[in-house]
Amino acid sequence: MLGGGLAAVIGLTYFKKWKWLWKEWLTSLDPKKIGVMYLVVAILMLIRGGVDALMMRTQQATSVDGSQGFLSADHFQQVFSAHGTMMIFFVAMGLIFAVMNLLIPLMIGARDVAFPFLNSVSFWLFVSGMMLMNISLMIGEFSAAGWLAYPPLSGLEYSPGVGVDYWIWALQLSGIGSLLSGVNFFVTILKMRAPGMTLMKMPIFVWSCLGSLILIMFAFPILTATLGMLSLDRLIGTHFFTSDLGGNPMMYVNLIWAWGHPEVYILILPVFGIFSEVVATFSRKQLFGYTSMVWAIGAITLLSFTVWLHHFFTMGGGANVNAFFGIMTMIISVPTGVKVFNWLFTMYRGKVRFATPMLWFMGFIATFVIGGVTGVLMSVPAIDFQVHNSLFLVAHFHNMIIGGVVFGIFAGITYWWPKFTGFKLNEKLGASAFWCWLIGFILAFLPLYALGLMGATRRLNHYDSTTGWQPLFIVAAIGVLFIAFGLMLQVIQVAYSIWKRKEYAVDSNDPWSSGRTLEWATTSPPQEYNFASTPQITTRDAFWEMKETGKSVFGKAEDIYIPKNSATGVLIGITAIGLGFGIVWHIWWLVIVTGITILALLIQRLSTDDTERLLPAKEVAAIEKAHGGITA
Amino acid sequence: MKKINIFFGGVVAVILTAMVAWFFAHRNSFAVLNPEGNIGVQQRDLFFFACLLSLVVLVPVYTLLFFTAWRYRASNKKATYKPKWTHSRLLETVWWGIPGILIVILAIITFKTSHDLDPYKPLSSNKKPITIQAIALEWKWLFIYEDYNIATVNYLEIPEKTPINFKITADAPMNSFWIPKLGGQVYAMKGMETKLHLIADKTGTYTGNSANLSGEGFAGMKFRVRSSTEKQFHDWVARAQKTSNTLTYDTYDELAKPSTNHKETIYATVDSKLYSTILHKYMPHSSGQKTEKSKKYHSDNHTKTDHSHTEAQHNTHEGMHH
Repeated sequence: MLGGGLAAVIGLTYFKKWKWLWKEWLTSLDPKKIGVMYLVVAILMLIRGGVDALMMRTQQATSVDGSQGFLSADHFQQVFSAHGTMMIFFVAMGLIFAVMNLLIPLMIGARDVAFPFLNSVSFWLFVSGMMLMNISLMIGEFSAAGWLAYPPLSGLEYSPGVGVDYWIWALQLSGIGSLLSGVNFFVTILKMRAPGMTLMKMPIFVWSCLGSLILIMFAFPILTATLGMLSLDRLIGTHFFTSDLGGNPMMYVNLIWAWGHPEVYILILPVFGIFSEVVATFSRKQLFGYTSMVWAIGAITLLSFTVWLHHFFTMGGGANVNAFFGIMTMIISVPTGVKVFNWLFTMYRGKVRFATPMLWFMGFIATFVIGGVTGVLMSVPAIDFQVHNSLFLVAHFHNMIIGGVVFGIFAGITYWWPKFTGFKLNEKLGASAFWCWLIGFILAFLPLYALGLMGATRRLNHYDSTTGWQPLFIVAAIGVLFIAFGLMLQVIQVAYSIWKRKEYAVDSNDPWSSGRTLEWATTSPPQEYNFASTPQITTRDAFWEMKETGKSVFGKAEDIYIPKNSATGVLIGITAIGLGFGIVWHIWWLVIVTGITILALLIQRLSTDDTERLLPAKEVAAIEKAHGGITA
Repeated sequence: MKKINIFFGGVVAVILTAMVAWFFAHRNSFAVLNPEGNIGVQQRDLFFFACLLSLVVLVPVYTLLFFTAWRYRASNKKATYKPKWTHSRLLETVWWGIPGILIVILAIITFKTSHDLDPYKPLSSNKKPITIQAIALEWKWLFIYEDYNIATVNYLEIPEKTPINFKITADAPMNSFWIPKLGGQVYAMKGMETKLHLIADKTGTYTGNSANLSGEGFAGMKFRVRSSTEKQFHDWVARAQKTSNTLTYDTYDELAKPSTNHKETIYATVDSKLYSTILHKYMPHSSGQKTEKSKKYHSDNHTKTDHSHTEAQHNTHEGMHH
């Protein structure tokens, strides 16, 4: 990790790329560039989180009887706490925001997001949280209280060190970034759609993002407040979640899941959207059951706030309470199932091409339905009592997150790659990587279902050989190796494809030749203004219709205002690292200085009027001509 | 591409077959699926029933997935191609409707079993139940046999075919009390009492554990459960009552200090108020002594409780963590 960072710094200096990096990327307000930066950070963190996973499974494969493995109990607990936190907050969330940034404006025919500067601040707060979490590797320690840090374990009495504080403040910073992004993209979708694009004409990906964004806006404030209270308990001795003096740890468990369950859908909804686009494109068909899909998304969005208690049926809620939340949970499986059938019937009577994105789709359906079934099993409280907190549960949610979110993001990356780079990715390496992931997934997680049913709880750093668990833990560890190999193939795939980019260059703006949505109408890669003219939409799948009827939705190139770069987002991000670090270590002067600096930066930025520059229509037309864009 | 897919598809098939075969060969080692207590048996049956019900969705999904993928592959020129066929009221009603009906069935069963298998519900039996207080400590389980004035650590002896009423609390971070062979778990929390009712259908030795992360020694929070005949159980109680260990407030304080992989221990006499003292020491007091503020939560923690032992016990925490 450190070595990689050092190599990057040396490389940038040697090739004199610092200025380029600063001007073209770090200070950019272009959502496409911000999207790429989210992607890079998330993939790097995926590798870090993957190393954590490898450490955990190695420990569990070897720490039997007399052998204590290579990690101490405390270190092992830090590793799994970091793994969960990293994967959810800095990998999955990062990937989701990456696709949202890259695609939402393009798909709705907009030039930008509603608040470009805010978008940059969101990204840099995400980065500052990520940095703070990684700083804990070198200075101090990380939380050993699990990825959701239940009190009283995460209270001062049992976790007096800085670990939990690092956890809290890494999440606070990135969480505020997520909330701001939620608002930003919500407004973008509602207010910036191209004329004529009514809600029911939006691409289904945008619909699924809308569901996700609504959840972000309602759920993340709960997270912020909950972490705030936990932090006050630790910093100034309040008693929100302590066991005595009127505090109530059960309240924390409720609150954290009132955020935590919607969070699952925040991650999975956009991925449902990605698959909807992928399956339609590679079946050369329009999406089956659009209206059903929209209703399904709506139902999932609403219901996801009514199920949080299923994460703790075992806390002693009464039979009626448990039954209510169990039933609400299983109801969610109906709209989800509807989506699966709609996808399958999109393939039906289509012309299905098995390019890499479609392989990810097939793998997704094949694994996701298993996760869905185990989810429904656990939604029955009486069954849950026997598998709760066992490895069965761990298998279930990895089934959803890997088979769902991760496979979906990879499908999306391969699918939209040529749009944003102008060349395709190598298919053979892509397919091999997919298979490694699928095999790795099967080897790593099917044994965990079995282990759970054998009575193995999660988070064990040691167990006895008489349990008979060791062979399965070894298989699971081998599975992680396969996944790691798959990830390596993907890195090679990207590097190789960049090297061969001339050979793989796409000759059309619509490289899969069956694109349906607006992003396939513009140049690859799209110009910073996305579209030379604002499209006039009359139908769903506007680009598909345009190809069918030969009637363009675009007009003459227009005068375009483009947001100027701003360094304020970067500076706020860097300062926020100091703020978080100061609170973690109780360095109060640093907290005051960084707090005032952030305020000053914001005031300075918000009192500036000169934030845009004009790109005259003439220039736009020239750019379009040079890059093969479409103008009337 | 095609070769890659066929090769790896074969590998996946081999791995899945091998795994299923291994699971089948080891089917007896799945504790949750081979329970030896009535509650566990009912939970297992429910598990299998829900699995069967899910086949109604699983079978069509897998069939459709592989059938459509094969039938409508781009290279198959014979297949119908209808790019504009995107809606069918009948079909969409079917897949909103049939899963909906399944969920209604499952919901009714869920409601019923949530009551029948409510962990708080005492079990009906012609035998007098035995009440055991289970206390999660850092990092061991303390069991107090209310009716026999004995206590054990990390060991549980119970008579077969007799309902066991567990009263559960913790003097530690949150834990979860779980004996997979007998039935589902319930959390153990400080200052709160949860309940669990289990029964062993036959004699045997099982493993219990804590299913919830509670700190460094969490992995070692396992205990042996021996289900014996009624006579064996009473003999064991009689022997236990003759041992010299006693569990007073002082020995409890010593026991409650963090320790890992604590050995199985038996205490002959137990202070009868110990459990309720542990339970109540985190409850807020009505007298107005709460104003004293200290920056560090744990330095003023518990000092308002009127049992003198809690301070001593508390100090051991400080010693441990600083």
